Amino acid sequence: MPDIDIVTPIHPAPALPLRARLAPLLMPHRLVMAGLALAALLAIITQMEWSWLPVYLPKIGDGLLVTLVLLASSVIAGFALALPLGAVQVTGPAPLRWLATGFCTVIRGTPLLLQLWLIYYGLGALFAQFPEIRGSWLWPYLRQAWPYGFLTLTLSFAAYQGEIMRGAFAGVPRGELEAARAFGMPRLMVFRRVWFPRAVHRALPTLAGEIILQLKATPLVATITVTDLYAVITRVRQDTYLTYEPLLLLIAIYLCLSGTLTIVLRWLEGRVPSGH
Amino acid sequence: MIDAIDFSLLALTSPGWGGALLAGFLRSVELAAGGYLLGIVIGLIGATAKLYGGRVLRDIAEIYTLLIRAVPELVLMLLFYYVGTDLLNQLMAAFGREGIDIDGLSAGILVIGLVQGGYATEVFRGAIRAVPPGQIEAAQALGMSPFRVLRRVTLPAMAPHALPGMANLWMIATKDTALLAVIGFSELTLVTKQAAAATREYFLFFFAAGLLYLALTLISNLGLRWLERRARRGLPAAA
Repeated sequence: MPDIDIVTPIHPAPALPLRARLAPLLMPHRLVMAGLALAALLAIITQMEWSWLPVYLPKIGDGLLVTLVLLASSVIAGFALALPLGAVQVTGPAPLRWLATGFCTVIRGTPLLLQLWLIYYGLGALFAQFPEIRGSWLWPYLRQAWPYGFLTLTLSFAAYQGEIMRGAFAGVPRGELEAARAFGMPRLMVFRRVWFPRAVHRALPTLAGEIILQLKATPLVATITVTDLYAVITRVRQDTYLTYEPLLLLIAIYLCLSGTLTIVLRWLEGRVPSGH
Repeated sequence: MIDAIDFSLLALTSPGWGGALLAGFLRSVELAAGGYLLGIVIGLIGATAKLYGGRVLRDIAEIYTLLIRAVPELVLMLLFYYVGTDLLNQLMAAFGREGIDIDGLSAGILVIGLVQGGYATEVFRGAIRAVPPGQIEAAQALGMSPFRVLRRVTLPAMAPHALPGMANLWMIATKDTALLAVIGFSELTLVTKQAAAATREYFLFFFAAGLLYLALTLISNLGLRWLERRARRGLPAAA
């Protein structure tokens, strides 16, 4: 795999007065384009068929919630898994290192959809063969689709983020570690106080991009019957025989989601002290 | 409890599914390669528009890349597929011909290429900006036409900067072909699912397909490394 660059923290741009920030939006060609976009939006609203919208709105809300919960849970669990994956690849004993590198290579080298279907159909069929599992308290959960979707998304995020963490652990300047050693810190304390926090700090700027990528991976779970946002819209399309209207709404929702996430993550990034 | 895995199911001839799997794999490679090439063309156009285009062109390119990067590939593919086939059919109707079925390969290549183009635009834009402006100005000062400057100076000089990003994009292209299975293209992932469902040997077939994808990734990785070394001849080692 080509190495991933660890982007150095971006310094927040100095805040401009409102008028200076609005000026680029008010250029004549942009006004014309905004007008055209508005006209297109009006045409879409008035000319196309939207009578289904109120009926399906609650379901779309439920789907949106499923998408967001899947995104948040898989990002958190995946990140927790990525930390050891990255650390072990840099400093672990050889067998563990090979295992972690192999895991990252395999997950990053095969399509997510294939992994999802392997885990859902494969594991699902396997579990069903064991009476012990069928009888256990876990079975009501394992019969549903979302645990498999969550597991696959988590593993995928862990593999991609683990690769980034590998670069981040390897990229912590040696001088900082040597300084910590020179203070007489034991190895574990060096790891806990210097190496680990510095590596996480270095990896943070790429996290926003990875989270957006993960958001874009979530609709795949619709193929294993998890009713996320995409699945609800697919359902609308099948019920109403409309091709474009639900698709346009779906794109609009994803655009808003990506935009909001980007803004929130950038704000969070600005709150992290950059150390410069 | 668990039966021994029957590897004869992977035989190349019927009743084995090996032949079907390999055919699906070839289809995937074709789709990825075609989409990747189309993506390069779109990316070059997009990057040129972003860097040298007028204000309107620049904004249009900006909206295109924003859309591609913010919306899931699966949704984009659905949209491009329906819009593309619809537009073509209307075009054919306008010329008084009957609606035709676009063959799957070109539709799939178009869909993947449009998605790849958005990312390639960004890769090329960054790479072109990494070329020292003096080199381009020198070419202009020699009286070369803009197109010749692009062909003789800008493109060769930016290649080493673009290659790492483009290598990543090739990996994404090979994996994005799997998404076409959701729209119903019979490429490797869909064929695998059909084989697995018919024989109920899920692990066998999904692992076999995984190995094929992995082999493609690892082999192309070797090739791309070699290409990158070649393109970086004479440049200082990467930091």
